[in-house]
Amino acid sequence: MSHSKASTDFLRNAEHAKWHDETLWMIREKRDLASQKVPEWENLRTIASSIKEHVLSNLDHLLLEFEANATKNGIQVHWAKDAQEHNQIVLDILKKQSCAQVVKSKSILTEECHLNPFLEKNGIEVIDTDLGERIVQFLHQPPSHIVLPAIHLKKRDISELFHQKLQTEKGNEDPYYLTQAARTHLREKFLKAKVAITGVNFGIAETGEFVVCTNEGNADMGVHLADVHIACMGIEKLIPRRNDLGVFLRLLARSATGQAITNYTSHFRGPEKGKQIHLILVDNGRTEQLGREKFRNSLKCIRCGACMNTCPIYRRSGGFSYQSTVPGPIGSILSPGLDLKKYSSLPFASTLCGSCTDVCPVKINIHEQLYEWRQEITKANPNHAESLSMKLASGIFKSPLAYRISGILMRKLIKNLPDSLIYNPWNVWGKGRKLPETPQESFRNWYLNHRKNEQ
Amino acid sequence: MSSRQEILEKIKKLRLDQTELPTIPEFKNPLNTEEEFKASIEANKGEIIPEEKLMSWISETGFQKILNFSQLINLNTSYAKIEDAHELDQLQVAIIDGQFGVGENGAIWITNEQVPFRAIPFITEHLVIVLPKNEIVSTMHQAYIKTSSQSYSFGLFIAGPSKTADIEQSLVIGAHGAKSLRVVLV
Repeated sequence: MSHSKASTDFLRNAEHAKWHDETLWMIREKRDLASQKVPEWENLRTIASSIKEHVLSNLDHLLLEFEANATKNGIQVHWAKDAQEHNQIVLDILKKQSCAQVVKSKSILTEECHLNPFLEKNGIEVIDTDLGERIVQFLHQPPSHIVLPAIHLKKRDISELFHQKLQTEKGNEDPYYLTQAARTHLREKFLKAKVAITGVNFGIAETGEFVVCTNEGNADMGVHLADVHIACMGIEKLIPRRNDLGVFLRLLARSATGQAITNYTSHFRGPEKGKQIHLILVDNGRTEQLGREKFRNSLKCIRCGACMNTCPIYRRSGGFSYQSTVPGPIGSILSPGLDLKKYSSLPFASTLCGSCTDVCPVKINIHEQLYEWRQEITKANPNHAESLSMKLASGIFKSPLAYRISGILMRKLIKNLPDSLIYNPWNVWGKGRKLPETPQESFRNWYLNHRKNEQ
Repeated sequence: MSSRQEILEKIKKLRLDQTELPTIPEFKNPLNTEEEFKASIEANKGEIIPEEKLMSWISETGFQKILNFSQLINLNTSYAKIEDAHELDQLQVAIIDGQFGVGENGAIWITNEQVPFRAIPFITEHLVIVLPKNEIVSTMHQAYIKTSSQSYSFGLFIAGPSKTADIEQSLVIGAHGAKSLRVVLV
């Protein structure tokens, strides 16, 4: 389904769509305030972008350095070329631990690999422990935003859901009450879990450690109580030096939610006594993207979600309309690299206003890449340009006479035809838009008359 | 060929020109770091309290399950000896020392050396961190320079209590981890 068709569903509830738009804009404004408090903000963005540039240009060496140091620290490093291999590695570790129930904190990579359905098919229950992710998991939905997974839901939806799943009072919509119910429910899961899965925000080649950021503390509750920690990391999440963390951590939370830092920033260098840490390095299409010169920069992304919060299309169409793991502007340049056909409408889900590029903490030229993808897609699928209306328009524009006649006709017709005829189902452009007022005469006529009067 | 080799080969084959790694300036913040730190902790929904207030809070609440790992304040706790982190589920208060704080965001650095179990700062119902006043740096850059030679196996910046806004963007304190953070500057 195309993005525009899918957004129609979202826009059906106008009141909710308005709330979604305004709430994300509020987060964008918080991001502005937080970034303006840092005098060197623009300098930090430039440095962060060049660090990532270096990482992408030197990825093989840095991966080897990271592997060597992590191994020395007692972390078991695995490599997965695709989603399937990643999922199999996780399953093998779980089987070895005879683990039938695993707790998992937020990881976009595991969503990308569709780990949950795979593990469930193999008889393992996965419990997402981030509150927003637990909510969407109860609903059998994917997250609709990478930082705010349940931003598409209202508290009355969650209240009703928790009443069914967690036996909370019917009609009690108090966010504190609902959160405490989830806390009690998930505490029990944390205490029972033998294995915990997390994502990785940054892997540091120099020291072999990795960093995980949360506000809820759910990643840490999981891994410190479990015997085995599985960390899933895309190969582009590397940074060379530990000092680079200073740059990225100053940018990440401010860009994401306008906080100065997440309340928990955990640095894992080795396992706790008697426990294990497994780290899986995942490619899954990243090396292909690295080879696409025009789109390479998209791999600099640190998954802050700022481009979604600022995007006029994302705010008004919701995360599900993109139908890809990473939605919004950054998703629209990452996903076509994974499956050009499936995601061919995403680069068109943009006004190319460039706001995404302006807020990106690692200075990815998102709107330019959206434009570039449009060129690639049109080349790969010329039917796009050969639609009937395009052919017709092309014919009219080619002949001055045809252009003049159709102009005269349209000026007469549009004024006199009833709206029901003009805004017919074939007029796709007229959906949600009004045609401009028709002028009395054409510009050509006006010009000729004007010149006549002057002489 | 193993996946490891395959991935590395694919990258090598691209023969990308290595770009230079930028140096990071020190970015010292000229503000009064202690005042800034206090404001940051409060913005993160933590609380700065004097030592006397900590003692009166503990006696007023009547908490029984308290663990004090701080070397900086005197408080005898008589909670049972813990063999496994799971036994900490009923822990009401944990008191630990912070190594230093960061002015710009209120983050406090702790490593595995401060606590016998990594779960402690998370599983406790209330967390108290004792921090020497003169151990506050201005930004994260100084924080990483300060800890560059440490050999921890787990390091943690804590900046506030566990929180979430996943239900309609309403801020709720106390998601999975500690429901409050009190910082005692000494």
